[in-house]
Amino acid sequence: MRKILSSDTIRLLIPALSLTILLISVFYLQPRAMSYTGLNLLFNLSVPIALATIAQMLIMTVNDLDLSMGTFVSFIACVAATFLQATPVLGILILAAAVATYAAMGVLIHVRNLPSIVVTLGMSFVWGGLAVLILPAPGGQAPEWIRAVMISKPPFVPMAIIASITIAVVSHFLIMRSSFGVILRGVGGNARSVERAGWSIIRARAATYALAAVFAILAGISLVGLTTAADANIALRYTLLSIAGVILGGGEFTGGRVSPIGAVIGALTLTLAGSFLSFLRISPDWQIGAQGAILIVVLGLRLLLNRLERREKRA
Amino acid sequence: MTRLAALARRPWIWSFVAALTVWAATILFTGGSSTVGLSQAALTFAAFSILVGIGQMFVITLGPGNIDLCVPATMTLAGTVALKFMDVDNTLILPGLIVAIAIGVAVGIGNYALIKLLQIPPIIATLSMSFIVQSTAIWTNRGLRIKPPEALAKFTTETSFGIPNVAFVALVLSVLAYVLLQRTVYGRWIAAIGQSIRAARMAGIPVDGTRFVTYILCAVLAAICGYLLASFSGGAALNMGSEYLLMSIAVVVIGGTAVAGGDSNVPGIWGASLFMFLVVSMLNTYGAGAGIRLIMTGLIIIAVIVLAGGRNPNQR
Repeated sequence: MRKILSSDTIRLLIPALSLTILLISVFYLQPRAMSYTGLNLLFNLSVPIALATIAQMLIMTVNDLDLSMGTFVSFIACVAATFLQATPVLGILILAAAVATYAAMGVLIHVRNLPSIVVTLGMSFVWGGLAVLILPAPGGQAPEWIRAVMISKPPFVPMAIIASITIAVVSHFLIMRSSFGVILRGVGGNARSVERAGWSIIRARAATYALAAVFAILAGISLVGLTTAADANIALRYTLLSIAGVILGGGEFTGGRVSPIGAVIGALTLTLAGSFLSFLRISPDWQIGAQGAILIVVLGLRLLLNRLERREKRA
Repeated sequence: MTRLAALARRPWIWSFVAALTVWAATILFTGGSSTVGLSQAALTFAAFSILVGIGQMFVITLGPGNIDLCVPATMTLAGTVALKFMDVDNTLILPGLIVAIAIGVAVGIGNYALIKLLQIPPIIATLSMSFIVQSTAIWTNRGLRIKPPEALAKFTTETSFGIPNVAFVALVLSVLAYVLLQRTVYGRWIAAIGQSIRAARMAGIPVDGTRFVTYILCAVLAAICGYLLASFSGGAALNMGSEYLLMSIAVVVIGGTAVAGGDSNVPGIWGASLFMFLVVSMLNTYGAGAGIRLIMTGLIIIAVIVLAGGRNPNQR
């Protein structure tokens, strides 16, 4: 029994369990949610959050933290709703420049040995300013093809679920199964030993940041596909949501211990928590507070299961 | 010359140099006509950042991962409840302050209880706590803007000897914080925990007690700041703390406190807070729009950290 469940599986079990419990309670409160349309509505907004969470998780893999995630996703949403829609070539160039900026940020943080929190804090002002310049007032229009993808209705399984599973599987293979992923996690775990083994840490960091930017860009584009219009403050919550999602999914701030599947589940849990609260008819005053309480309960649950695991090991 | 070199090695000097440069650039642009007004405004607004910055500095000094995201929510709740309690009555100013401090203590205890009992990383624990505190503030506030007592509003908005009263409050609390950090056992304990929590524990330092007190201290300072800010701006608003989340972190780090913990710096917070306000007002004087202003603020933060942060990467 003890052999079958590795500690990584247990790490994944807790977020999965909390999601299931939350889903069952939602179904209990509102049986009509148990349908194709219901599920789609419940999880629709989780797609961009899941992508942003994966982006944040990549940054956390190399022991950094990105406080500019929310403003960056907002900026991308603004670009997608304006340039990418009107002049696709220019739009793609801007997105490429954004990826390059992220890679440069990674290099800068590494070379000058800077705290990532402060650099990304500064960048959050920059992205916010750029977004305000592009769209001073809410507006713009989502490109047709994104809209088509986001509202498409594949048979049997809603788009939101298919997208979430795809994100989880792709990032799992990228981070947990590829040699690139192993180096990334190695940088988070013990940078010196990775360096001694002959890999360039600068290159690894730059690649991590660039990849994170790609996921964040996908988050911004998919968000615009759902909302059809953008606004400079559209995704500010994503900074904290993405960090909370990674932690809920069993990731850690240091040591390169992350779980992509867990991160996606964490993002789904956070999205569902919002719907759960509105089904409970909690007064709007307490909605945010109850979200905090759910976060605490889930993490408390994790502690409990961790204790059980340790006791089992000792026995 | 050696004295100058020794000064240049102080981590806090850079934030003051930056603040002075920006101050001079603004004054030059306006031809010196705004010197007094600008300096007073800078001291007033910096005072609020200094108060929350000092609290955040104590927490950050505790070491990697320690951060208090609950600061804005605490400010809002303390400001709201204190003003509601005082109900424009001048005689209740002091009890009102005590109410604000009590809220700070309660939030601090809540924060550390989550961190310790549930073993949640501080960033997530204080984030969850801030959701709950913010909800409580929404519930008590109900969108009403309660006015502060007249005497208190007067105190927070006026100056004595040409210097804003709130700057004096910030100065007194900064000196206290400096003494606490540099001259007391408690201050040494914080630094020791920040440098190595294992070593601190083996040296017999009461790690849990010290961290507990530090989180309470940070919340209390945020509460005092909320109390003063609400009185200064003529009433508590639900979003009054929001800009102080990033601000409290930015002033600590620009001020030269090590983000990795174990090395704190009170004077730097003054330089950084003045700098942060002056940058925005400089860009305003130059007539920059909101977008440009944000971009410049961000680039300047990064420039300062690149110039100052990479001074001696081999240290530690």
